Amino acid sequence: MKELSLNILDITENSVKAGATLTTISIEEIDDKLILTITDNGCGMTDEVLKTVLNPFYTTRTTRKVGMGLPLLKLAAEQTGGSLEIDSKHVEKFPENHGTTVKTVFIKNHIDCAPLGDVVETIKTLIQGHPETDFDFIHKTNEGEVTLDTRVLRETLEGVPLNTYEVIKWIEEYLKEQYSEIQKAQKGRKRG
Amino acid sequence: MKSLAELQAIKEKMKNKVILREGTNDTRVVVGMATCGIAAGARPVLNALVEEVNALGLTENVTVSQTGCIGICEFEPVVEVFEAGKEKVTYVKVDVEKAKKIAKEHLKEGNVVAEYVIKA
Repeated sequence: MKELSLNILDITENSVKAGATLTTISIEEIDDKLILTITDNGCGMTDEVLKTVLNPFYTTRTTRKVGMGLPLLKLAAEQTGGSLEIDSKHVEKFPENHGTTVKTVFIKNHIDCAPLGDVVETIKTLIQGHPETDFDFIHKTNEGEVTLDTRVLRETLEGVPLNTYEVIKWIEEYLKEQYSEIQKAQKGRKRG
Repeated sequence: MKSLAELQAIKEKMKNKVILREGTNDTRVVVGMATCGIAAGARPVLNALVEEVNALGLTENVTVSQTGCIGICEFEPVVEVFEAGKEKVTYVKVDVEKAKKIAKEHLKEGNVVAEYVIKA
């Protein structure tokens, strides 16, 4: 994957596939680290599956025998000197709080760290494709935060689908506006 | 500044329109969005199709959605077009330019773009 935002899209698709009604995507930039955490309340994985999930030859899809999503994310993190951790609770054992958390740490200034890329496109694509499920997105930097919670949007929209063209455009502009504020603050800091 | 008030305005506008979503979907356009698709560049293809469907005024009859692995990973990005009463058309190795052409010639004008279709 050429940019981390594509890995984010890929892994979040897993959460939706697992039946999550809420997936939280958190990007935290602290010093030289970028910490990406994707948490969902989907069906989760049993301990046996958790042991093999990072194996590229393990997949739940039936069309092919390889599942590259998580192995690719792990590679992307480890080649920067970072790490990937997965924790999961299967619905049968944990009927009240099932789900999966994938936490990845990237060392930003490592030469092999892929660019974060177009996160706005990723969020847009997720909501466009899965308007019935909720996403809570937060990107924290030193200069401020970018957030979007589809639950809040859903309340306002009262039944209008989130993948209605005008709504998707609004979401795109809302996110770009927040990023623009942060970029201005970052430029200001560098000059000062 | 973007505000929730704008979303409310969109809501009011949509509620006045008859939303023909249920049952009369004449055409469904499905873009492969599994790891293979994403790595091959499906995200911009999907977004281009959404934009073109809107720009060409087709949102009443055409829905654009995503799917998982279709099984022909080396041909990704893959776009499948399902039209009521017609055979499925599978476009392969689609990029943004091809997506725009497919939207205009196939979705709008009804002519399959044969050169982009998967060879048997």
